[in-house]
Amino acid sequence: MQNTQTPDYQELESLAKKIRARLVVMSHRTGAAHLGGALSCVDIIVACYWALMNVDPRKAFDPGRDRLIFSKGHAIATLYVALAMKGFYPEELLDSYAQCGSKLAEHPAPYCVPGLEVATGSLGHGLPVGLGMAMAGAINHVPYNVFVVMSDGECNEGSVWEAAMLAPARSIENLVVFVDYNRWQATGRSEEIMALPSLRQKWEAFGWNAYDVDGHDIRALVDAVRQAPRGDGKPVAVVAHTVKGKGVSFMEDDNNWHYRIPNEEEVQKALKELGQL
Amino acid sequence: MRNAFASEMTNMASEDKRIVLLSGDIGNRLFDDYKGHAPDRFVNCGIAEANMIGVASGMAMCGLRPIAYTITPFITARCYEQIKVDVCYHNLPVIIVGVGGGLSYAELLSTHHSCDDIALLRILPNMTVICPSDSHEVRAALRAAVAHGGPVYIRLGKKNEPLIHDSQPEFTIGKGIVIREGTDVCMLSTGNLMPLALETAAMFGDDGISARVVSFHTVKPLDEDLLTEAFNNFDVVITLEEHGLLGGFGSSVSEWLVKRPAAKADLLQIGVDDVFCYEAGKQDDARRTFNITKESIVERTRDLYRNRKQGT
Repeated sequence: MQNTQTPDYQELESLAKKIRARLVVMSHRTGAAHLGGALSCVDIIVACYWALMNVDPRKAFDPGRDRLIFSKGHAIATLYVALAMKGFYPEELLDSYAQCGSKLAEHPAPYCVPGLEVATGSLGHGLPVGLGMAMAGAINHVPYNVFVVMSDGECNEGSVWEAAMLAPARSIENLVVFVDYNRWQATGRSEEIMALPSLRQKWEAFGWNAYDVDGHDIRALVDAVRQAPRGDGKPVAVVAHTVKGKGVSFMEDDNNWHYRIPNEEEVQKALKELGQL
Repeated sequence: MRNAFASEMTNMASEDKRIVLLSGDIGNRLFDDYKGHAPDRFVNCGIAEANMIGVASGMAMCGLRPIAYTITPFITARCYEQIKVDVCYHNLPVIIVGVGGGLSYAELLSTHHSCDDIALLRILPNMTVICPSDSHEVRAALRAAVAHGGPVYIRLGKKNEPLIHDSQPEFTIGKGIVIREGTDVCMLSTGNLMPLALETAAMFGDDGISARVVSFHTVKPLDEDLLTEAFNNFDVVITLEEHGLLGGFGSSVSEWLVKRPAAKADLLQIGVDDVFCYEAGKQDDARRTFNITKESIVERTRDLYRNRKQGT
């Protein structure tokens, strides 16, 4: 079953800005890294939770819910903020992020908060687990969808391609992968470190319905998934072309922000740019 | 053991709709009967074990009870991090079954030997490690593992092992089963060395030494009551495993032992040395290489007795 309601995209864009502002502040307060990759996937997460997915925070463990696996666990702050804003838990909980004893660690622990499906942090785990969930839906005759959000660097991991080969062989259709293709990984350009280009064609060659999409155009992200054919036995891969550090001019496409923490002045500048001051 | 595994899987899948069998492209025809009973709950995951463990975990998160099966080194060492993160960290009811434990595939050399799997799996939090000694224990262990509801590793031999039990024994995870009573030497055997343990016990009898034999099927958690009783009452406790001496069952018992007050018994560990194999040979040849023979065990035990006498 697909969520087919038409969202107010303007509202979602302003929501994305709020999430980004919150991420900048959280990184500054806690000294937690990976801000660049957290900012790049905000629009994907908004498209999923506010348009594509059937989820209800009041029924966080409903067996029929859609599931999202945030496989690029280092950027989990984005999901923490999104789940709070979606109503899975109070936003105040975000203040504890990365603090000693907090449920919200820099990588998510299993079952740490309602709405968080899988503990990630080691790359290449999300797609196999998501595939298992999608297959379980078919076995249990429960028509939910599974969404997996991965990084482009994560596509270095062989387990990703193991899962990519099995899913179409089992005619799994209730599985959607978003690759946050921000073209950077920890130490360099992702397309230079590994032969990553033609990423959409790679997924296609593995038997997926694959699309190149502007990863910051929420409507385009939603449309790509909704317009994918059904009944052809193929899962969906969206290669979301994104910008690392998106939304803050001096962070955009600058890989220093994989590890850098913004100072007070930079936070003010960022908030201003994001329209939150 | 593998035929018993396949047959019990068929029984369980017919009774319990949560059971799913994942295979790493092995068991040609072995699961035909299973597939006849539960075609939609059999998945050949291909030669891709890391993904298979992830898939099993995702299924377990959605209420299913997956059993993932392939040759031991590939279902343990090959996909170790998936077992750690996906299965154990999330404490999921995923059952991992390795066929051909230890030196079962001796002739295929060290790529297919598995003398590290007990060591690797037992150090993972939440994991239970079971090495059944015959086909009856395989069936019982599978059922106990499903009932357990957390991560379980079951280590199988190959096929045509002799039956130890006449029928399915009473089987509790973490509780050893006494196969043969004795008073002097207590032999704790885990997994496929049980026939050798029983032959060795008979040979001890020729020497006037009375040997108890225990199927110590669960390596984790250890049966501490049984160990306490054995080390208090016997002269020699022998651990037997077709597994490396580093980190395996005997190693686990020694870790336990050093934390105990002085025990009466000496500990003799029988297992595989810290080396790879580079030459052709069958399982029995490989065992001989590592002195896993009844003659060697009896001789080494006699040495221990001699040392004890000199010591007192």
